[in-house]
Amino acid sequence: MATPINAGDTGWILASSALVLLMTPGLAFFYGGMIRKKNILSTLNLSFIMMGLIGVQWVLYGYSLAFGKNVGGIIGDLSYLGFAGVTGAAGPYSKTIPHLAFAAFQMMFAVITPALITGAFVERVRFKTFLVFSLLWATIVYDPLCHWVWGDGGWLGKAGALDFAGGTVVHIAAGFSALAFALAIGPRRGFPKAPMEPSNIPYTVLGAGLLWFGWFGFNAGSALAANGLAAYAFVNTNTATAAAALSWMLVSWGDAGKPSVLGIATGAVVGLVAITPAAGYVTPLSAIAIGAIAAPISYYAIRFRQKRQLDESLDVWACHGMAGTWGALATGLFASPAVNEAAGLFYGNPKQLALQALGVGSSIVFVFVVTFILAKILNAAMGLRVNKMEEEVGLDLSEHGERAYS
Amino acid sequence: MLKKIEAIIREDKLGEVKDALNEIGIKGMNILEIRGRGRQGGITLAGRSGTYQVDMLPKIQVNIVLSERNLDETINAIMKASRTGDAGDGLIFVYPVEEVVRIRTGERGHDAVMYPGDIDERKQKGAA
Repeated sequence: MATPINAGDTGWILASSALVLLMTPGLAFFYGGMIRKKNILSTLNLSFIMMGLIGVQWVLYGYSLAFGKNVGGIIGDLSYLGFAGVTGAAGPYSKTIPHLAFAAFQMMFAVITPALITGAFVERVRFKTFLVFSLLWATIVYDPLCHWVWGDGGWLGKAGALDFAGGTVVHIAAGFSALAFALAIGPRRGFPKAPMEPSNIPYTVLGAGLLWFGWFGFNAGSALAANGLAAYAFVNTNTATAAAALSWMLVSWGDAGKPSVLGIATGAVVGLVAITPAAGYVTPLSAIAIGAIAAPISYYAIRFRQKRQLDESLDVWACHGMAGTWGALATGLFASPAVNEAAGLFYGNPKQLALQALGVGSSIVFVFVVTFILAKILNAAMGLRVNKMEEEVGLDLSEHGERAYS
Repeated sequence: MLKKIEAIIREDKLGEVKDALNEIGIKGMNILEIRGRGRQGGITLAGRSGTYQVDMLPKIQVNIVLSERNLDETINAIMKASRTGDAGDGLIFVYPVEEVVRIRTGERGHDAVMYPGDIDERKQKGAA
């Protein structure tokens, strides 16, 4: 009676897992180019170390909390502790691929999500506190939220909210947690008066390229099979990203007088974020609209953040939180029954938009409140930021005892 | 009497300034990559969203030590080669030099800054 493991599906999911893993060092470079050069190793490492920290946490208990047997719709139980019972045979989430392949694919999502948040507090965070924060955040924010949306019996997924590849679980979660953390830690010394010029925009462009590449695994891999749906997700991912890069270029050209390359690279990432929840539900033409509209939303969200003089340093909220919100809502508008088993407002199902809004709203409130409280507690217990002198010197030397260039 | 010129010029004018100095027989120099600002106070760059202000700009500082008698020609050559007429063309500073010692030979003063084919040799040939 068991469906046999499918070689094509398994091959694609293992390859996709490797693609998604590459996004984390890609993100490290994306962020690393935008900070001052005294903090570049520190910034690269905030992302890179997540491959270590969550790579272990996920095997020990993270996967079980997210995908274990449902407890009240909000969290998984401890049945998969230490990947117990997660084997080469098919599992509850994967009829045609090994359970272990599914768990590995999901691991890469759990790795990159806390790495995304780090853009909020670069150049001032105390590394030790950051490690404790990330471990706790993964445990009490990511794992439960992941269960809500994707876990068997999770309440949001059961209610019918759609999230193909993590618009809510990854991007809204990271974006609004970044906002909460930035409020808790406060601005970098000298912000906003001192110039904080990006030290290496080529790194950022390289990072955006790696993210774009890896995102094919993120979105098309989320079909969990090598099939037509994966092809939709693949094409939609590229199409929305292309549209968003062009759209950002035009907006910045009109607004700033010159088409900023940093802006174009940012636009691509924003397009990737926005299409993530929709990738397996919409047509490629809708993907153009989703990407093209995402860019001005994030562009003006950055402007709003700057006007409020809030040092959410690398605009995780504007780029991931806002584009993720737009993408989740857009899924409720553009979902087409011709692509997948869901219809949005434009295909005669206004209820889907309401469900998307429910998913967005409840996720934002949950991640923002819990992250803010967690950051405040850690600030009192350990201190979120380095001292004045350490910040002046730069975190490469003061936290890691190394320098990037000699 | 020896003088030192410190010319703060645009990065992209270095080639033209070197050629102009070579033309009149000023070969010895060293340069520094510096950052600074003048009356203009910086420039506006395109950023991720909108524009932002950069208040320290990259410039090149050219250092030359020479005889006072060659000063005006040299200053004129630098000015002619580096001027665009827009804000940010830079400044030229001139200082007296106490002493110069050429490490290889131990020559001092004016002898230490002379070399074959330089501006002084050309002038002598012209006079002869």
